[in-house]
Amino acid sequence: MRSFEEILKLCEVDLEFHEAVVELESRESGKSEDLIYTNMSYMLDAMEQSVNSAINADFKGRMMEDEARRFERYIAQRDVPLSGKFIAKASHIALSVSQYNANMGRIVAAPTAGSCGILPGLLFAYRDLYGPSRDMLVKALIVAGGVGEVIQKRATLAGAEGGCQAECGAAAAMGSAALVYLEGGSPEASAHAAVLTIKSLMGLVCDPVAGLVEVPCIKRNGTLVSLASLCADMALAGIRSVIPPDEVIDAMRRVGRALPESLRETSKGGLAATPKGRELEKKIFSEVPPMAEI
Amino acid sequence: MALLDIIGPVMVGPSSSHTAGAAKLGRLARRAWNEEVNKVDIFLRGSFASTYWGHGTDKALIGGLLGFMPDDERIRDALEIARQRGLEYRFFAESIDGAHPNSVRFVIYKEDKAMELVGASLGGGVIELQEIDGFSISLSGDLAAIITFHRDQPGVVAAVAGVMAKKGLNIATMRLHRQGRGGRAAMVIEIDGELKESTKDEILNSHSALMRVIFIPSPESDVR
Repeated sequence: MRSFEEILKLCEVDLEFHEAVVELESRESGKSEDLIYTNMSYMLDAMEQSVNSAINADFKGRMMEDEARRFERYIAQRDVPLSGKFIAKASHIALSVSQYNANMGRIVAAPTAGSCGILPGLLFAYRDLYGPSRDMLVKALIVAGGVGEVIQKRATLAGAEGGCQAECGAAAAMGSAALVYLEGGSPEASAHAAVLTIKSLMGLVCDPVAGLVEVPCIKRNGTLVSLASLCADMALAGIRSVIPPDEVIDAMRRVGRALPESLRETSKGGLAATPKGRELEKKIFSEVPPMAEI
Repeated sequence: MALLDIIGPVMVGPSSSHTAGAAKLGRLARRAWNEEVNKVDIFLRGSFASTYWGHGTDKALIGGLLGFMPDDERIRDALEIARQRGLEYRFFAESIDGAHPNSVRFVIYKEDKAMELVGASLGGGVIELQEIDGFSISLSGDLAAIITFHRDQPGVVAAVAGVMAKKGLNIATMRLHRQGRGGRAAMVIEIDGELKESTKDEILNSHSALMRVIFIPSPESDVR
């Protein structure tokens, strides 16, 4: 599926967002709709396993501490955290899964490994607080996948090509659309939630310190769940992007291409090039054992 | 399937190119060798050489050589497991003009036998086998494959395809490579389904120009 327009057009003929995505996918790939659903159901299971493993795992970072654990303790001490129960919980899960990824844990790239915390954060915080059926969660994951596919086809999902807007940004947009579906919003609202999210982080750069998927990636997973949630609320309220959804994604592609190479996963600019970033990089590379000793 | 490219793959982190792709490359090298790997030299190139440590590329490559899938959490402990299982490995860095930025060369040994393979991680966990024993080829590793080495002569393709038709093997993709007319040539055939070892000799004997046939089992199955 190459456009929101294509998806929404099918929805006009009485389909839900996820049904339109499955129909288009089936048409393009030749796979049966049942198989597509089964595959996504498997992915939801794998995602759930990653959440369960991640929130119980201790994290040992090369540059940062176990911030997921720290946040979990903070949430437990507060009745209602300032950002609300849902966002705080989603953030805790997102931080945990992203830390787990950095420690070579088993995760689901959604859409990438560097952004793998955001979708499970949103979906499983929603499950824990609002108790949707499992079937609803699989369908929400399909909605997210459809959004991701439009971004992949019209722009990119690779930080090296489009910056972090293409990875954590895309994940947040996908999650925002999924939340709208879970809350009973219209397909149009899902599309607008996705692009309201993209509009707020357009141009976000990919600047990993020392080239590792740790700083700032893990915390970006933890923070962008909030933007996704708010954009879902806005879309549910009936707020629409003035710029049509597909045109927003096209702008995202052009912005990504306009980013200098230093801000596209090369660790030559942004946070990676700060004095502290360079210091950490130097320290890490000095710790690398000689290849003969691996 | 496209949707599974967006939601997925299930993999051991942290990087689809440097960890999941590396594990797939290691496993593809094992599949091409087609038996347990006991001794290997691994030459890292480009970004694999400079950032392998932070991404567990070394563990992922060894994990793949041990037969682990990219989502197998044992990858984290692959180096220890390799020592326990008696897999001898050595890592080196090398810089080769024109090499893919995320690429690796394996040299696998056993007694008087050896095989050299070069592979690259193209991004998003997609990989390509680029060289076998000095011969440039292109193979994704997504399916089972047959690679023939032969002299460039008329009838070789027909002979090999004939054996395959007899065995009911469906050709998914097919590519020919040659080092000049009448010179050394290779044919890379990806097939749907699995290969039987007995088919290998039949293919080898199907034309006098055929010198060597390599079977690569499908990614779902392991080496014999």
